[in-house]
Formats: sequence, C-alpha cells, structure tokens
Amino acid sequence: MKKLLIGNEAIARGAYEAGATVATAYPGTPSTEIVNSFAQFEDVYAEWSPNEKVALEVGAGASIAGARTLVAMKHVGVNVAADPLYSFSYTGVNGGLVIVSADDPGLHSSQNEQDNRGYGRFAKMPVIEPSDSQEALDYTKLAFDISEQFDTMVMLRITMRLAHSQTMVETGERQEVPLKPYKKNPQKYVMLPGFAKGRHVEVEKSMLELQEYAESTALNRMEMDDTSLGIITSGVPYQYVKEAFPHASILKLGLVNPLPKELIKTFAAQVDKLVVVEELEPVIEEQVRSWGIEVSGKEQLTLLGEYSAEYLAQKLTGSPAPQSFGIEQEVPARPPLLCAGCPHRGVFHLLRKMRLVVAGDIGCYTLGAISPLEGMDTCICMGASIGTALGMEKARGTEFAAKTVAVIGDSTFVHSGITGLIDVVYNGGTSTIMILDNDTTAMTGHQDHPATGLTIRKQPAPKLDIEALVKAIGVKNVRIVDPLKLDELEAALKEELARREPSVIICKRPCALLPEVPKPTYRIYVDDEICTGCKVCIRLGCTGVSFRDEEKKAQINPGCVACGLCEQVCKFDAIKQAEV
Amino acid sequence: MQDKITNILIVGVGGQGTLLTSRIIAQVAVQMGNDVKVSEIHGMAQRGGSVVSQVRYGAKVFSPIISKGEADIILAFEKIEAARWLDYLRPDGMVIINTERVNPLPVMSGKMKYPDDIHEKVAALIPKTTIVDATDIAVRCGNIRAANVVLVGMLSSAMGIPAEEVEKAITAIVPAKALEVNLKAFREGYQLM
Ligand SMILES: Cc1ncc(C[n+]2csc(CCOP(=O)(O)OP(=O)(O)O)c2C)c(N)n1
Repeated sequence: MKKLLIGNEAIARGAYEAGATVATAYPGTPSTEIVNSFAQFEDVYAEWSPNEKVALEVGAGASIAGARTLVAMKHVGVNVAADPLYSFSYTGVNGGLVIVSADDPGLHSSQNEQDNRGYGRFAKMPVIEPSDSQEALDYTKLAFDISEQFDTMVMLRITMRLAHSQTMVETGERQEVPLKPYKKNPQKYVMLPGFAKGRHVEVEKSMLELQEYAESTALNRMEMDDTSLGIITSGVPYQYVKEAFPHASILKLGLVNPLPKELIKTFAAQVDKLVVVEELEPVIEEQVRSWGIEVSGKEQLTLLGEYSAEYLAQKLTGSPAPQSFGIEQEVPARPPLLCAGCPHRGVFHLLRKMRLVVAGDIGCYTLGAISPLEGMDTCICMGASIGTALGMEKARGTEFAAKTVAVIGDSTFVHSGITGLIDVVYNGGTSTIMILDNDTTAMTGHQDHPATGLTIRKQPAPKLDIEALVKAIGVKNVRIVDPLKLDELEAALKEELARREPSVIICKRPCALLPEVPKPTYRIYVDDEICTGCKVCIRLGCTGVSFRDEEKKAQINPGCVACGLCEQVCKFDAIKQAEV
Repeated sequence: MQDKITNILIVGVGGQGTLLTSRIIAQVAVQMGNDVKVSEIHGMAQRGGSVVSQVRYGAKVFSPIISKGEADIILAFEKIEAARWLDYLRPDGMVIINTERVNPLPVMSGKMKYPDDIHEKVAALIPKTTIVDATDIAVRCGNIRAANVVLVGMLSSAMGIPAEEVEKAITAIVPAKALEVNLKAFREGYQLM
C-alpha cells in the first residue's frame, strides 16, 4: 500500500531496502530525520557522529570494510566533511556509499544558501537529485548500485522542500546484501602521492564511464509535448515546472553530475526555446552554454531562494501576479524566539547588560542576537566563536579580551569548538568562554551527542565530561554555573574576565523542553501595586511575560514555566512567587 | 478522488501543533484515494516563529507548495496568522480563525501593537470567515493541546468530509493516551459548522 513519507524518511527507507547496514550523521536541518529514521530499523547500525567530518570518515571505513553505508548532513556539513570527501572520492568504495547533502534554498534554517551540486563537479563524484519522496526512495537504492558499479561515492542532493514534504511512496522489501570481502589494497586506499596519482587516473576514467551512463540511464528522461518551450530541470523545481507549464517539453535530469551532453543536445534540437530551471547556481545552464547551445536561465530567474510554480509562470510567461488583499503589512513579523524557561535567555540578558563583545556560535542561543536581547556580535559557522574571540584579542590586545566572551553550545563545542579552545591555550589567549550546556542539541530537535551520555537509540553511552576535557586542554579556570542564577553568573563572568588567563564557564541547565525537566513547584505573578511598568522584564523577550498597555503593568502569561528570570531582573520586587 | 486539486493552508506559531494537524488532514485525503502532498516546516521556525503547513490533494499533485491566490481554506491557529497568509487564499475561499493570541517579538518588546481586531478585518474581506475560540473548547474537553483537533473538526465538516473518515485518521495518528480527548475535541469542532 502507498503511504505518505517525508523525503528524509523515504531516503532512510531506500537505504534500508538497498541493504545498507551502517548510517552516520551529524544533525542539521533539513537533513536530521534521515539517519534518525534509519535508526528505527532493526539489525542496522546508526550513529550521531560528533561532526560531519567524523561521520564521513566512519562511513568511509564502513564502506572500505565492505558495508553499504549511508552518510547524511546538511549542506554546510559537507564543508566540514570536505577534507575526507575530496580524497575518499579518489579511493573509491568497497561497499556502496551514498552521502546525502540537504541544501536549504530560502534559508529556512541555515546560515547560507550554498549549492552543493558544485561539490559533484569539484570532487568528481556523481550527483543524483530526486524530485519527490518516491524518487528519493528509488534513487537512493539505485545510488548504491551506481556507487559499486563505478567505484565511487555518490552524492544524493536534496533540498529542504524535498526533505520536509510528504508525498506518496510505495515501499519495497529489504534486499539482504552480504558484506563485500575485505582485502588489503594500499594502492587503492592509502592516499600517498604515488598511489593517489594512480587513483586520479581511475577517477577520470570512471567519470567518462559515468558520462556515457548518463546518456542512457532512466534517471534522465525526456517528456516531449509542445516543442515551442523546452525546459531542462531537476529536483523539486521539476514539480513547479509541471504545475506551471503542463504542456511544455521537459528534460528531467535525475543525474545532475555528470550531465548527459548528447541527450541535452538532442533535446535542445527539438525545441524552439530552451530554458534551464534550477534553484540557486546556474550549474546546468553554464555547462549547456559551454557546449555552444543557446539557452537561458538565470538572466530571468533569480539566484536567490526557492522557486515556485507561481514564480516561474510570472517570470517565464509574464502571467500577472495574483492580487493582494493588502492586509499582510499590518501584521507584525513573528521571528522564532527562545522558549519560556530557556536557560540561554539570562545569559544574553547579562551579556548585553554588561556591554560585552560576544563572539557567538550556532544553536538555539543564536536567537540571543535578535531584539530585544541583542546580546551577540558575531556568528559565522559552527565552532567559530572561540577562534573569533581569540582573533579579536590578537588584533586588539588583552584589554579588549577583558570585555569579550565566546559563547558556544554543548553540541557545538563537541562538534568543532574543542580545537579552537586548544588554540586559545596554546597561543596564550586570555579569552573567557561560556559553554551553554543544555544537555542536548536543541536547535535541530533534541538529538543526543557525546556529552549527553545517550546514543541515537537512547542507549546509555560513556558520557563525555566537558569539564574534565576543558581542564585536560590546559584551562586552569573552569567553573560550573546555573545560568538561571543571574547574580552568580554575573559574579563569575566579572571574575573570569578580569583574569589574564583563559577561562571557561560552563552554564549548566537542561533545555526547558526536555521531558525530564521537572514541572514548576510554584507560580509567578506580578504584584500590580508594586509594578512601575519599567519593562525590564519585557526586555527578556519571553512569551511568559507581557505588557498591558492600558494599565502600564507587566503580566505573567499562561506559557510561563516559573524559571524565575523576570523575578530576578525586576528592580522593585514586583514579580513574586505563589503556590501553584 | 477528485480532479480539481484541493489546497489547504494551516498556519500558526511554532509549537502549536500545525504539523500534527496537516498529517491528520493528509491521512484523510489518502484514505479517500487521492494523490497527496504535504509541505512542512521543521527547524528554527518551530521555536515560536510563524509556521505554515500546506496540504494539497487531488487526482495528481505536482508542486508540494500552494501558490498565492490558490488556497481553498486557511486554518489559522492564532489570530493574526490568517492575515499574514491571506494572499494565498482564493477570493471565494474559506478562513477559520482561532482567537488565541500569541504575542510576537515586536509586540512583546513594545515596538509594535498587536492588531487585536485583525480577524474582523479578515472577516470583512472574506465572506466565508469563521472565528472560534478553539482553545476554550479544547480546555473544556480536557486538554488545551487539543485545540488543533477542534479546528480539524470544523474544517472537515465545512468540507463535507464524513466524520468517520477523520476519526479513523485521528486514531491512526494521535498517541493512544491522548486519543479520547482528541476525539471528543474533534466531535465538538465537527458539530460547530
Ligand atoms: C556544519 C553544521 N552542521 C550542522 C548545523 C546545524 N546546527 C546548527 S546549530 C547545531 C547544534 C546546536 O546544538 P547546541 O550547540 O548544543 O545548542 P542548542 O541548540 O542546544 O542551544 C546544529 C546541529 C550547522 N549549522 N552547521
């Protein structure tokens, strides 16, 4: 029977049906559900790796050892994994390896809009792009065959709209694939210059074979109809094209690297006008043009964000924009925000109050950058905070460091903060680093990580001791503070900032959304007699407290979880506790 | 199964249960033999941001997202969210608005006023607008979190979908321990329209 699956679940199912026995990932929207759902199958191994580089290395090992292996990450995760990626593309595989890159046109949950089809061209690997969940399942299965047939890892490139759309899927049976025999083969797997030279020859050979394969594979197909308009497209944009131009002729590409040059020439010759519809970069368009084929694309279609059927119809055939009711402008924006009771909130309140320079990082706590908290100066990529703070110090001196902190989450610290901290110690920095340890990877939906002491299947695992790790790195000043105790936190910060040595403050309190967090034993209320309407509590940006314009008083809302933060910031003791 | 594609937009605030709702509606559409696509928002916006789930069904659906001016129904879990997404509605479409108010950041921080009467403005523009306190009904049914199912009840009765079909889908999707309250809330909503 057919059922609805989001693209990510379909990929996991496809890998399972293809006989994959190992899957690795570091979470990241929009990729997280892939390995999370793979972990629900029995008799397979799945892990949250500490970061994407490790995920791909574990995947490479599993493949070399003979297993069919799935590795998944968000687009920027591939940057972290790029080093093994560029060399594993030389060694090739033993058991098939499929690496999923989940791109995010439209930046629904990301820091950039990079187009990872580019990795296919640079790292010399085939890139496959499905356009709905059924194709996600089918193409994943096929990708394992292609990987083994051409001795190369295969990238399955998806976008958020495929990852998180449910479409109908017919599932199949699992194929039991025995492990490929393991044979020592240093010429293939040891990338010394001498051996790598030989592998480069093999890589170029298999790219040529793949080019031939591209001409005939069912992954690429022509759908001929009215030949006045011919559209080359792939991925979810194919669905938009079908919707906007039901009678156009289409060349739908499932294999987007390498491209089927002859097929494209044949298609181009049959249509009057040729357009490439691809989100983000003109990856297909530029190659097609380089073959002397007249084609258009990005001169009409944007390099930014997601497309839609409506957008394509407007841009390509000039259909009018639908009428607007004009009421939308009256609606205040609703950006995401820290939850009521979030242990991160007080930290940013304090950092702004103390007027510190804050080198930030990525996680829920990045929301501390926006109004009204506005407690962050920089955020570049995961793990960047610590290096950034050190760089600021080296540029502007220790005086500047005395008013600078790096702020990083627990999952992010394990992912890529550790090496930055080593640099601080090694190169004589005096940075103060706050590790916001909420015992989970909250941003992406509460995944476990090495410091939570649980595996992807919630099995107990040795718990990484962050405090001991930081001390082992050579930080002498390490302390643990409850971030909901503002006075203690402020005192700790002042002391550590004054020190001409590196220090780490571990702000330890579980994410308010975790099920183990106890229900509040008291409730919070505003004493209207005392409240002066000064709005200090409002500046916490908490859904639990709001302002009554008419009375000019604060009020506690039903969403309040009695974390006590507003009570602490109130200078008039107008916010009080009462029995539940 | 029907030829014309039905487009339903479910809008609200991250954490209000729009995902579960779209899954119930989609499941009903599957049971009735349709091709179905649902587009969801996971990730950052789920932290209290404005979120939208889109359900499309019919004989054959291509795009997983609804174009402006195409939605048959907007189901709004929060008062101002219907207005935010109103341009997606067909001029003769239907809007169901829950009167729950969740202050967005610019309101909380005092930079903007909450447009408290905006649902009335929507009603003035869209003849087929229904305003309901689904949260209150859910509380009376025993769980404030069942407000979304009250809205599902209203939506399905307005669309003429048999209650049994929806109850089947709710039973398949809602966790067993919450089922009874949810069915009760659904029936309350169903008989409102
Ligand atoms: C290279 C890379 N991988 C994954 C992500 C997605 N991502 C952003 S922040 C984050 C981790 C957040 O966890 P933590 O640091 O513990 O902070 P929290 O959200 O719990 O506050 C992840 C997985 C990313 N942006 N970049």
